[in-house]
Amino acid sequence: MNSRLLYKIFRFYVDGFRSMTVGKTLWMIIGIKLFIMFAVLKLFFFPNFLKSNFDNDSERSEYVIEQLTK
Amino acid sequence: MIENIDLSLVDWSRAQFALTAAYHWIFVPLTLGLSFMLAFMETIYVKTGNPEWKRITKFWMILFGINFAIGVATGIILEFEFGTNWSNYSWFVGDIFGAPLAIEGIFAFFMESTFIAIMFFGWNKISRKTHLISTWLVAFGANLSALWILVANAWMQYPAGMHFNPDTARNEMINFWDVLFSPMAIHKFLHTITSGFVLAAVFVIGVSAWFLLKKREQAFSRRSMAVAAVFGLLTSIFLVVTGDFSSRTIAKYQPMKFAATEALHTGTSGAGWTVFGIPSQTEETSMKIEIPGLLSFMTYYDCDAYVVGINDLLEGNAARGMMSAAEKIERGKEARQVLKDYKAAKKNNDEAVEKRLRAKFDDPVFQEEYFKYFGYGFLNNPQSLVPNVPLTFWSFRVMVGLGFYFVVLFAVVLWLVLKDRLGKRRWLLWLMLLSIPLPYLAGQAGWIVAEVGRQPWAIQDYLPTAAAVSQIDAGAVQITFWLFAAIFTTLLIAEISIMVRQIKQGPKEV
Repeated sequence: MNSRLLYKIFRFYVDGFRSMTVGKTLWMIIGIKLFIMFAVLKLFFFPNFLKSNFDNDSERSEYVIEQLTK
Repeated sequence: MIENIDLSLVDWSRAQFALTAAYHWIFVPLTLGLSFMLAFMETIYVKTGNPEWKRITKFWMILFGINFAIGVATGIILEFEFGTNWSNYSWFVGDIFGAPLAIEGIFAFFMESTFIAIMFFGWNKISRKTHLISTWLVAFGANLSALWILVANAWMQYPAGMHFNPDTARNEMINFWDVLFSPMAIHKFLHTITSGFVLAAVFVIGVSAWFLLKKREQAFSRRSMAVAAVFGLLTSIFLVVTGDFSSRTIAKYQPMKFAATEALHTGTSGAGWTVFGIPSQTEETSMKIEIPGLLSFMTYYDCDAYVVGINDLLEGNAARGMMSAAEKIERGKEARQVLKDYKAAKKNNDEAVEKRLRAKFDDPVFQEEYFKYFGYGFLNNPQSLVPNVPLTFWSFRVMVGLGFYFVVLFAVVLWLVLKDRLGKRRWLLWLMLLSIPLPYLAGQAGWIVAEVGRQPWAIQDYLPTAAAVSQIDAGAVQITFWLFAAIFTTLLIAEISIMVRQIKQGPKEV
């Protein structure tokens, strides 16, 4: 029963994607956009400043308090 | 501290965030509004069984899908920027921001992966009613996603329901409901999503007007316009009402923003509302045309009420129990000093001093009289508390003026639909078509009022923008600014060209 239901859901999505017209272009745009965002921008341009410069939350707190009180 | 900060870093970081948010807001409102219009159109289809309504729904659903697909995840970049460019801010806000954004993420995930798929792929595969429920759930899901983002933004304008922990330098949520139901959050949510409804209604009317101008799809266009005109008229009236509530909330909780919006330098009783004038950063508005007493009435429902001006907030007004900016700055510096001394006492293992200072952060008197002004302690010049007056003043008037224009536009369109005179006045059809960019302009103007108007604050009264920024290279921020400008412009061009192509093809037979 469960596998039948899962197969139905699978077919629902497969048939849906197959019957798309403009949707194929849109999925391509979504794919390129997400690749640029996560594999390029996030990786190379947007490291988390506190996570990449400090090892733990205690050090991060220390740093921010220093910034807020200097 | 402020004078030690590289202002070009702050300016570029702000410019980058503004650019990203502005582009993000081009895509979002159409999704918010069109989702509900699809639900109404499909409801008519299910109720009547008329396949023409299915055809109408499916056409607008394709345009919804294009906008959704191009716009999806553009908001994630804002989260990247929080972590990289605004690390002090991100740390300081703690879980206040994290909780609403996490809820938004869950909502967005479930909505996008399930109901949108059912809405697009489910035609002829599931029952009409189940499909209709999915469409309604997409509409509610999209708007509830917006709720959490707007709650987070409202908290920055009116921090509530939190307690600052001096050990971690983070704000901790102590009352979720105070955050969710703060007056700022409620009014911001209602006003913002309603602006999306109005935008979508203008969009549907404009595109339908194009079909009528081309003498194509007459019945389709008239029906689409009928739904859009009713939806638009009701929501544009509600938009004016929520705008009025928002404005009075701002007058109460962000009086400087309110005074800047009105370019009101000197507080006065029986204040008039300036319809036109040349506002100044430091002087009273010149060449003013005003409606006497209207500003006092709109703010306090009393034509003679006193409306606070910029100078009251800078110099104080003892008669009205208002503290001067200089006094707030002194108290803020005292609060910062306590935090600094507490940190030093901990480092030196001075337990007595540490215990005494720690207790202050739990003391309601210290909270109310000193910590409440923590952010002022970063400032040296009271004038830095004044946002850009002319920009805020004009943005507000563009937004309000267009808001009233939309009410009239929807009323006229509805009247023409009811009288069956839509095709007889081509200039009106052109006006409807050319009105499509206007709600986008009004929305951007609204965000300028909200965000430029609350400067210098990242978090109202607690953290100025200049102290919220990460100490990174301004050059790196410039590079990513231009990268984003290129990416978003490409996405916008893609959206417009795909939509125009799809509109030209027109609705397909079902």
